[in-house]
This record gives sequence, C-alpha cells and structure tokens, in this order.
Amino acid sequence: MKGTTEAGRTEIRPAGRPDLRGQVEDFLFYEAELLDRWQLDTWLALWTPDCMYLVPATDRAEGDPDVDLFLIRDDHFLLSQRVASMLDGTAWAESPHATTQRMITNVRASEVAGGVIEVHANFLIHRSRGGRCDAYPGRYEMRLVPGGPAGLRILLRRAVVALEELRPQGRISIIL
Amino acid sequence: MTESPYVIDDRETPRFRVRRSTMVASEILDEERRQIFDRSWLYVGHESEIPAPHDFRTRSVGGRPIILTRHTDGSVQVFINSCPHRGMQVESRPQGHGRFLKCFYHGWSFNTEGALVAIPDEASYGENFDRQNLGLVHPPHVASYRGFVFLCWSADVVDLETYLAGAADILDLFADQSETGMRVIGGTHLYAARANWKLLSENSYDGYHALTTHHRYLAMLKASGKDLQSVFRSSGGTPALGWDLGNGHAVIGGSDGSGGNNTGLGRDLSGPALVKQIARRDRFAELYGADWADRMFSGRNVVIFPNLALVDLIMGITIRTYYPVSPDYMEVSAWSLQPSDDEPELRQMRQENFLTFWGPAGLATPDDIEALERCQKGFAAHDQAPWSDISRGMVRSRPAFNDELQMRVFWREWDRRMTGTVHPLEGPALPRSGRLALPYVSANQ
Ligand code: FES
Ligand SMILES: [Fe+2]
Repeated sequence: MKGTTEAGRTEIRPAGRPDLRGQVEDFLFYEAELLDRWQLDTWLALWTPDCMYLVPATDRAEGDPDVDLFLIRDDHFLLSQRVASMLDGTAWAESPHATTQRMITNVRASEVAGGVIEVHANFLIHRSRGGRCDAYPGRYEMRLVPGGPAGLRILLRRAVVALEELRPQGRISIIL
Repeated sequence: MTESPYVIDDRETPRFRVRRSTMVASEILDEERRQIFDRSWLYVGHESEIPAPHDFRTRSVGGRPIILTRHTDGSVQVFINSCPHRGMQVESRPQGHGRFLKCFYHGWSFNTEGALVAIPDEASYGENFDRQNLGLVHPPHVASYRGFVFLCWSADVVDLETYLAGAADILDLFADQSETGMRVIGGTHLYAARANWKLLSENSYDGYHALTTHHRYLAMLKASGKDLQSVFRSSGGTPALGWDLGNGHAVIGGSDGSGGNNTGLGRDLSGPALVKQIARRDRFAELYGADWADRMFSGRNVVIFPNLALVDLIMGITIRTYYPVSPDYMEVSAWSLQPSDDEPELRQMRQENFLTFWGPAGLATPDDIEALERCQKGFAAHDQAPWSDISRGMVRSRPAFNDELQMRVFWREWDRRMTGTVHPLEGPALPRSGRLALPYVSANQ
C-alpha cells in the first residue's frame, strides 16, 4: 500500500485489502478502548516481543530512528517500562492519569509477505487533565501479525504526529 | 548593599530565598526582556546545522526571527529574517538550501551574506538608490565558540569568550568529544511548558530532584540490570559538585576517573560497545591528558545564563534553549549533539539513551515539565506564600551536585541585572582554565 516512487515521494495506492479491513479496524478500536480505559497491561500483551514503537520528531516525520532525533523509540523492554510506570503512579505527568478519547479513522490494510499486515490509519486523541485539553492528531503506520489473544499483534507502530511542533501540548505522556 | 525585593541572600543563617512574584508578574517579564534577553549572548544554533554553503535554518532568538546560513565562502552568517523593503519575513521554511533568499512579496533577493542582489524594476528607485545599505540586517553581535553560534541584540556587551568565562571550558568538554567535529543530528524537540522560563534553568541542573521526580527512569535502569550505585558512586577521580563559572553560568559535574567505564545515566553498554567507548576515552586521554578525558567522559549539566542548557549524560548530549511567551508559558527547543565520527554501536546507544531520558516523550522530561507546571500553579498563591527556598548546601564549603549552589548563581546574576543588587560570590568562581590546565577539582578547593 505504501511505497516510494522514483521521484522519492510516498506512493499512495487507491485500495488495500478491503477484506482485511474489518478485522484490522476491530483490532484498532479494541486497543484504542484499552488505552482510553487505562487497561495498559492488557494492551501491552498485544505487542510482539520484537516490537518497535516509534514517534518521529515533528519536524522530521520521515526520519530514521538510527540516524535522526525521534520523540519515542521504544523496544519491548522500554515500552513495558513506560507502561509499568503509567500504572504504578510514578509517571508523574500521568499521575493521576489524564482522560483521553481516541478516534481511529481512514483505516486501510494490505498484506505484505509472510502474513504481515500493513496498516495505515489516522488518529485524533484528546487528552484532558489539570484544566486543559490538548489534541494530538496524526497517523499510524503499523505492521500487524496474526496471533495473540486478540487475533493480531503489533510488530511495529510508527505514530506520526501531524503537528509542526508540540505546542502547546508540551509533552506526549500518554501512549499514541 | 541595596536590599533586593526579589532575592534574600542571607549568608549568616544561611538562607537563600526568591520571591515567587518573579514567576508570575508581567512587568517582571517586560523587564527581563530588556535587562536580560536583550543584553545577553543568546544561543542561535550549531554550525553543523548548516554544513554546506547556502544551507539555512530559520528560528526565533530572543523573540526575533533570524536566519542562520552559510555563505559561499563558508562563513557562518546570521541576519534578521525581515525584508528591508517592507518587513516581510523573507524565509519561512525552518530549514533549506539556496543561493538566494527571495522575498516573495515584491521580489527582492538577497545572497547568503544578506546583501541585496536583485530588485524588480530597480530603475524606478532612481540613480541615487543605495542598494548597499538595503541588505538584510545583521544583529549587533554574532560570534561562534567551538561551533556554538551566539548573538547579542545589544551593541553594548563584552565579547563572547569574556561573557562565557568559565563556561567556555565546559563548551570545550562538549566540543572536544570528536576529532571530526560534533554535530547536531536531524530532528528537533519543539515543545512547551506552562511554566515560567526560569524554572527550566533551575531544573536543567537540579541534581536534587532525580531520585524522586525521575523515579520511573531509575526504575527502568534498575530493571535493565544496571547497578544504580555505580551511577552515583564515584570510582575515583573527583566528586560531582556544583560550580560557579562566572557571569551567572554554573555547572554540576565531576570527574569519575573510571576510564570510560561509566555510562552514567544510561543502560549498560554491550561488551563490544564498551570496548569502543573505552578506546575513545583512551584516545582523548592521549590527546588531552587523562584529567581532561575523565571530565569529558563523566557528564555534566551546565546552564549558560540565561537560557541555554547543555546536558551530557555520557551516552547522550542535549542542547536546550527556551524563551518565555508569557510569565507562565515558555517554548522549548532541544537538539541532540553527537560525535560525527561515532561508531555505529555507540551511536545506537546514544540515540536510545537520549530518548529514554529526554524530550517531551521520554521517561524523564515529561515529569520535569509536570513538576514545573505544578510549581507554576502553586505560584498563584504568591501573595500568601511569597518565597521559594534555594538554600540547599549553603552550609557546605563546597556544595555538591545535588545542592542548589548553581541556582543561587543564576539568581544572583538575575538580581544583579534586574535590580542592580550585587551579591558577593558564595565561593570563588571557577576561572577559565583551558583543557591543558589544572584538573577540575583542584582549581577551586
Ligand atoms: S517586503 Fe520584501 S520585497 Fe517587499
Ligand atoms: Fe529532571
């Protein structure tokens, strides 16, 4: 579904595998609700042990995490540490934790080699806490693999925030 | 001595207090703009951000839009990003490359030295039109120290090296970490905090808050198998202390003498990566002497007055600068500085470590921001609860890294600029010694 043309720009293809979309949407909606309800331990179990959770810098959306500055580059260990601190109340920026509401839309799915499903989707997350409400718009580029309690597991999530800068949000203390 | 309404510097008790109204009053911010931001050398960027001739970056420095560019002859240029014709911001892209900067409003074009090179229909201006004087305006002072570019908006200021005083040594400790030059990697952390800007100066070298505020970061390190004692225990060398560097600059840091073995606040290096790290340290010990190499490889937090923080966690360096938009809101920009000749394994560790700690989505910075924002909320009651206490370590002859000497140094300079109050030094400021001079600790015991 996504490739790079010779001119170097992202190639957007008209359709993926509509037959996969229902399953993928259900999965994305399920994990979004787990996040909004702060059931983060259940949510963490949706990730593969070799997973990667990436959020590029706002001024370098196409960056490479080995070369460029990112906002998040968590492997499974770091992601599980992030989640543990969000649950035990020591992630002060989320203690008490914010109220969030996620909209997941524009879902497209296609199968690449070996049963890996490539997913593109848009998100809009509202985070409300301490007398303010901030919006986090963006898009997901994900790779899912079959398996796990929900039928799919997350191998890769690249959450590209559609903001020039994190102002006034100031932080990403929730999971995108 | 004049009694400052804002800073009580009582050496007898001893006690150091700062009035919280300085964090909320808009008249204070107006005065800070005049007395501090317009009269200090401010950080513009790093030369590595514009590696090739005609590369440019645009940003705001001290509230004014600037263009940082490299001219055809390789020189670093800074000018005000406002067209001499009728004022339009000439370039709006944050970064790019071009021989000419063209103002689209009426089409005036400038070269990368700022000179006006083309005007549509120039004949309409007549024969006496002085194109020479219609180039992009340069700030009164621009200077570079070891790749770090600064400007000053006032003509009346000491030269950059004099201004940096002992902090020049500290910049050397960053700049020396690569024989091929340090470089700022692509990508910027552009974020904000709903808090007064001075709180971030305090926080950037606050050695006292780590154990509580960054509990979760330390828990992560512990879970990774790191021996946390090794982070805080010095294995020889000199203990981590706070140092007055002169002119309001201060640093916390020491020299652990572990020969490159210590990865500081970072996950342990893999065997092969550790070998490379030790080899790097040995190479620098050969070049600059073991004392200097130990300092280079021991980490430090410095704040160059008023708003430039550089923090070296050994496996990751950040450059951070921040400006007030209002008394209770600041914008922060931060970059990652790395050796340009880094081995892939070490670069990988630096990338990881940088992000686990820093940035608005790391395992530490969001909690710092939370702390600062909640201080700001507390300051709403500044009339009833007027004072903050910054006395920690005043009773010691040599305050430690987790004391508050460095913040007192900041506030004394702040008070001098704002009210003219001259506070005596708490101890001698660490003079500029140069990398080949005395080791860190013995210069000032
Ligand atoms: S304002 Fe730039 S050409 Fe007129
Ligand atoms: Fe901190």
